[in-house]
Amino acid sequence: MAVDYTKYLRMDKMPLYWCPGCGDGIVLKCYLEAIDELGWSKDDCAMVSGIGCAARVTGYVDFHTLHTIHGRAIAVAVGIKMSHPDKHVFVFGGDGDLVHIGGNHLLHACRRNVDVTVVLINNWIYGMTGGQHSCTTPPGAKATTAPRGSFEPTIDVCKMAIGAGAGYVARGFAGDPTRLKKLIKEGLEYKGFSLIDVFSPCPINFGRRNKLGDPAKLLEHMKSFLVSSAKAKRMSEEELKGKFITGVLHKDTEKPELTEAYKSIVEKAQASDEYWAKYVKGTLSESDKNKITREELKKLYPYDVETPLKQWKKL
Amino acid sequence: MGRIAFLNANAAVAEAALVAGLGFYAGYPITPSSEVPERLSKIMPEKGLPFMMMEDEIASINACVGASASGVKAMTCTSGPGFSLKQEALGMACMFEVPLVVVDVMRGGPSTGLPTRPSQQDIMQARWGTHGDHPIIAVAPCNAQEAVFETIRAFNLAEKFRQPVVLLTDGSLSHLHTKIYIPDPDEVEIVDRAQPEVDPENYYPYDYNYEVPPLAKWWTEDGKSYRYHLSSLIHDKTGFPTVYPKYAQWLLERMHNKILNHRDEILKYEYYKMDDAETCIVAFGSTAEAARVAIDQAREEGIKVGMFRPLTIWPSPEEQIRDIASKVKQFIVAEMNLGQYKLEVERIVGGRAPVYGVSQAAGVLIRPSQIYDKIKDPSKRVEIGLTEEELKRFGGGE
Amino acid sequence: MGFHYELRFAGVGGQGSLTAGTILAHAAVFHTNYYATQVPTYTSQVRGGAAKADIIISDTPIVFAESTNVDFFLATHQKAYDAYKGDLKKGADVLVDSGLVKVPDEDAKIYKIYEYPLVKVAKYEIGNVVTMNVLAVGICVGLTHVLDVEAVRETVKEEVPERFLDMNLKAFDMGLEVGEKFRREGPTKK
Ligand SMILES: Cc1ncc(C[n+]2csc(CCOP(=O)(O)OP(=O)(O)O)c2C)c(N)n1
Ligand code: SF4
Ligand SMILES: [Mg+2]
Repeated sequence: MAVDYTKYLRMDKMPLYWCPGCGDGIVLKCYLEAIDELGWSKDDCAMVSGIGCAARVTGYVDFHTLHTIHGRAIAVAVGIKMSHPDKHVFVFGGDGDLVHIGGNHLLHACRRNVDVTVVLINNWIYGMTGGQHSCTTPPGAKATTAPRGSFEPTIDVCKMAIGAGAGYVARGFAGDPTRLKKLIKEGLEYKGFSLIDVFSPCPINFGRRNKLGDPAKLLEHMKSFLVSSAKAKRMSEEELKGKFITGVLHKDTEKPELTEAYKSIVEKAQASDEYWAKYVKGTLSESDKNKITREELKKLYPYDVETPLKQWKKL
Repeated sequence: MGRIAFLNANAAVAEAALVAGLGFYAGYPITPSSEVPERLSKIMPEKGLPFMMMEDEIASINACVGASASGVKAMTCTSGPGFSLKQEALGMACMFEVPLVVVDVMRGGPSTGLPTRPSQQDIMQARWGTHGDHPIIAVAPCNAQEAVFETIRAFNLAEKFRQPVVLLTDGSLSHLHTKIYIPDPDEVEIVDRAQPEVDPENYYPYDYNYEVPPLAKWWTEDGKSYRYHLSSLIHDKTGFPTVYPKYAQWLLERMHNKILNHRDEILKYEYYKMDDAETCIVAFGSTAEAARVAIDQAREEGIKVGMFRPLTIWPSPEEQIRDIASKVKQFIVAEMNLGQYKLEVERIVGGRAPVYGVSQAAGVLIRPSQIYDKIKDPSKRVEIGLTEEELKRFGGGE
Repeated sequence: MGFHYELRFAGVGGQGSLTAGTILAHAAVFHTNYYATQVPTYTSQVRGGAAKADIIISDTPIVFAESTNVDFFLATHQKAYDAYKGDLKKGADVLVDSGLVKVPDEDAKIYKIYEYPLVKVAKYEIGNVVTMNVLAVGICVGLTHVLDVEAVRETVKEEVPERFLDMNLKAFDMGLEVGEKFRREGPTKK
């Protein structure tokens, strides 16, 4: 089934910004295939990204797109989703963007189970700024800020997301696009927060510094950290140390989605209107229509300044 | 029909935001601003409007930018430390040119400062808090009634100029309850962002043909969908990044000009007993109320003193202040900080008249008596105007 | 200056003495033609710290709402009394809870001191300690005549939850009577 990618891309923005061998294009391709299979209209889709190589995706997809600031895309997306619960809202971003500087927003989006799909392009490095180490850089790996190898532990973002209450959590690999598309598609379909953590190569700023400048070699290296969920079931805890499990890691079909939860609060609130009723206490009724006179208002606001009132610009 | 209510400025801001058409609120609690979200959390669900408490002030303003970009009027509210956290995204709102209202209930700073006490220490932060050459509009009401009017105006300015507007109140206004009138939406002028006349295919979010290009709602009521791109990078008319020097220069100049060329619509100020004044007090917000009392008292003694009160703090009422400078003998800028707005007045006056200050950052309101003393002898430093009895109440001093 | 009256309601956080002030302020703005302002002040201690609400009622707009000449002072806790008696006018009417506040003898020479077991009466005679505020409002109005009785009664009806209404109206009337008696007979502490 051939997908006409040009349907979803802003073709006038080609060629793509990414370096040869970069995983970002593969992930984007998988994502567009998933969208295409779902048959969603571009008009109903909004995508937000922060700053980074991965975050450049918003420039290419022909949706409602916002290229925001570093780390904050998920928060921006929450604002959009809450205002338009019936639309599809996505976030694309890198590990630095979404996990390191923006980790707090990721955590709370998981907890809220807001219906936003986050595709995290996890290349273990700050690609755009030239290869500084990030929170996902494996210990010992070199970066421009870790010339002797990183001394910090890395993070399993999926475990964190599950712990924080995300409804759908999956890990994919840019080296396995067929499965990746399925994982993304399932995340898109999920009504709630979905995170797809995609291990993806940055041959230029991660690879070269670690003698893995050849994209194929880098993919092999990344793969050596990965274990499929099926295989993981047969492995001991000891064997799983330092490994990252791929596949659908968590799916909660019970947890309420945020905008749905808010809808029920709205229903509850509208059933009683208790606060509004209380606050409108001082309302001038129809029969009192002339009650607030210009003179009375002037007493409340005796200044020689314009007001936004149509009737009496100056009191 | 409108309503009469007995409210403080926080509640007034919340109510007025709804009158102005607030469609999305996101915030993070901080003294002395928390009553704004508390009140909205009660009312907004009853009106079917989304209300969120986010994980921090950064998330709050970012969520507001998202909501606003998609076509909804948004507001966030905070105080000092939170205002600092919001700065980066405030710059994004300037760059996107999306309407937004940011309320800062000023408390004593720096840092955690004096959480429960009033100040006016964020005047310069409101202007220059976020990096880069950006325009800003900031307004400062002097009481709860004016907070109603200025909140509505802040939303209108934001929508009209595609521009974040900072509403500056202070910790004392957030306590002071007064009788106010909350107008009904149809009693006031409500501005909604201009919508494009062209179809989505021909729409540019930064169309060069406009000083303030229409900002299309993503999803219009008649079912159209405007898909376009906004970027926090320097961009051309399409919204896509460019590094072309001419475009960068154009963009920043247009962003500034859309404000500076429309000062007559944005500036608001009050002249109080200025006709024959020889001394001009410059004061805004709650300090202006103390100045008013001091001026009345001095006038009774025949002292020719008046007040120029900017309601619009940024952009500056330069022409107005310059004009006053040619008429008066001296200025006294009274403010609850160590002379931030005085700096601006000095810049504008440019040496044409001496500029004195009642600059108090003590966490207590400037009293009429202090301003009165300054009127009597501007060269003399004014001490914090508290009685022994009152000082005792503050306890300790550690 | 025409009519200008300053009231201060003080207690400790959690006691709710401040709502007595709210009732009077609401009565002034919603049921009379007066202007009123209300400024609550809390100490950083949330529960158990002294707190006050200053009310100004005036027939002209109140520009700078600062209470420096308090005409009526209610204190329901010693801490509150000590902390906030500073701005009282000479000869101010001071109502204290006789069980909770001990007024120094020298104060009785400057102010008119009225002692009344507010909490006790609310709890045991009226039946619920929450009526203490309205009881105090009643005494205040009876003693000072600061506002029209009916205006305040209307406000009490609007402000208190329906299930406590009868109890509160009883408290209000009792308070009025006590206030009127104080007015006739003068301070209880000479
Ligand atoms: C507040 C802020 N801090 C730092 C930067 C600089 N910066 C831009 S992109 C980036 C890292 C991007 O890394 P990642 O999110 O992993 O994306 P990648 O480029 O690897 O795809 C950084 C640190 C910024 N733009 N804003
Ligand atoms: S620097 Fe790395 S992540 Fe960025 S485009 Fe190049 S390969 Fe991709
Ligand atoms: Mg990265």
